[in-house]
Amino acid sequence: MKRKKIIQFIGFLFLRVCLYTVLAILLILLYDIGKNGGGAISWEFISQPPRRGMTEGGIFPAIMGTFIVTIVTAVLAIPLGMFAAIYLNEYAKQSRLTRLIRLSIRNLSGVPSIVYGLFGVILFVNILKFGTSILSAGLTLGLLTLPWTITASEEALKTIPNSYREGSLALGATKWQAIRTNVLPYAIPGMLTGTVLGLARAAGETAPILFTGAAFYLPYLPKSLSDQFMALPYHLYIMATQHHAIEQVRPLAYGTALVLIVLVLGLNMTAILIRYRMRRKRRW
Amino acid sequence: MEIQPKIETKNLNFYYGSKQALRNINVICADRHVTAIIGPSGCGKSTFIRTLNRMNDVIAGTRTEGEILIDGININSSAVDVVGLRKNVGMVFQKPNPFPKSIFDNVAYGLRINDGKRRSEIEDTVEKSLIEAALWDEVRDRLKENAFALSGGQQQRLCIARALAVEPEVILFDEPCSAIDPIATAKIEDLIMKMKKDYTVVIVTHNMQQAARVSDFTAFMMLGDLIEFDKTDKIFTNPANKLTEDYITGRFG
Repeated sequence: MKRKKIIQFIGFLFLRVCLYTVLAILLILLYDIGKNGGGAISWEFISQPPRRGMTEGGIFPAIMGTFIVTIVTAVLAIPLGMFAAIYLNEYAKQSRLTRLIRLSIRNLSGVPSIVYGLFGVILFVNILKFGTSILSAGLTLGLLTLPWTITASEEALKTIPNSYREGSLALGATKWQAIRTNVLPYAIPGMLTGTVLGLARAAGETAPILFTGAAFYLPYLPKSLSDQFMALPYHLYIMATQHHAIEQVRPLAYGTALVLIVLVLGLNMTAILIRYRMRRKRRW
Repeated sequence: MEIQPKIETKNLNFYYGSKQALRNINVICADRHVTAIIGPSGCGKSTFIRTLNRMNDVIAGTRTEGEILIDGININSSAVDVVGLRKNVGMVFQKPNPFPKSIFDNVAYGLRINDGKRRSEIEDTVEKSLIEAALWDEVRDRLKENAFALSGGQQQRLCIARALAVEPEVILFDEPCSAIDPIATAKIEDLIMKMKKDYTVVIVTHNMQQAARVSDFTAFMMLGDLIEFDKTDKIFTNPANKLTEDYITGRFG
């Protein structure tokens, strides 16, 4: 009796230590970035372009660049991913082929992002001749996000009980009516949650935009989708490793990291909020 | 009253892939009467009733042989529109399956997806259907509430109202009382007995007393075969087949 309790105590202790370790790493990271980057944050920092060889000024073009490229990513990844998931889950016959397709999609989400970047160079920059541009970079990030969107959307569709579909069909609905009126309305919050998490990941990526559109330094904002752009993660990479006066710009690098983290956190919070509201509303 | 056939199955065979679930079923469901399907678990009762509105179409790899005639028309022929068929042959499922909408919207659902009825028409039909399903008095002041707020038995009557709203001629009940309590069950049985005035009812049930109480005809099935089909009185008092007798006297099942 005693022994069982001791074993349980040790087990729980072990689990707790694991959790605290993970939390500690996260907190140390956030603390470090907050402490060193907090001082750099000012209205000028987020509203002005860099000056004097990026040793002064702000990161406004990088913020806007990341923002715009994320929109392009969303425009590609959200509809395409959702519709693909609807087809896969609702229409496609569950055959060996669809299982293979599903497996491939899952595997795609594990492909290193640099591979997407190089693929984007070949497809969007060279073959489709979009050049190194917001469009190419956004589409490349879109491809990176798609597997996440599709998988999350399919999972969301799977949580809708079959009885909703059958109940609707039994009343004389067509399959599409059943899906549109009695499946999608309940699945969309879940689909969005997964999608926004995918977008948050895409917004923080460097490798896919490295060769497809991100610019080292642009003192102005992009004027069209065919322009190059600055992006927060790439800017951070430059400031942290490639700058000629690394020590001098360190606070700016920390500031950039802080802004990027806040942006991604904001996106994640949006997803969490959607999920929270959905859970409160759902009754099945 | 003279008995007219509404549904007639002729040498009906049904397969899930290579597994045969129904063998040579010949049943006649009389117009405006209640036909009960009884039998032990896995005998094909639910499969059978789901062939009548082609609900099995949604399951991949199924195959139907033989004929199912409703008003003399083979519902599996390519000329028959499955959407129209299901409007005409309503179904109430084993587990109450209200949609996560308001009570009103649940009943109006079938009206809205079918054709553009006017608002007032929809309101009238919803009220009429809820009255018919003996639920109106309990929900008239809370039509905007979510259907999940209702009890299990009320939910099942809501599903009945929802099925009635699209004005079917046949209603299929797939073990409608297996998930609800005895008092709610009694209400639904009452309802079924009243419904046969206007509708042809087919009910699958696990509960032999229920079949004896509500039905005019009873089919006894076992392992995909139709063992006996006759008037309910005859089946329960003087069955022709030894297996039927063993089942209704509780020797197995």
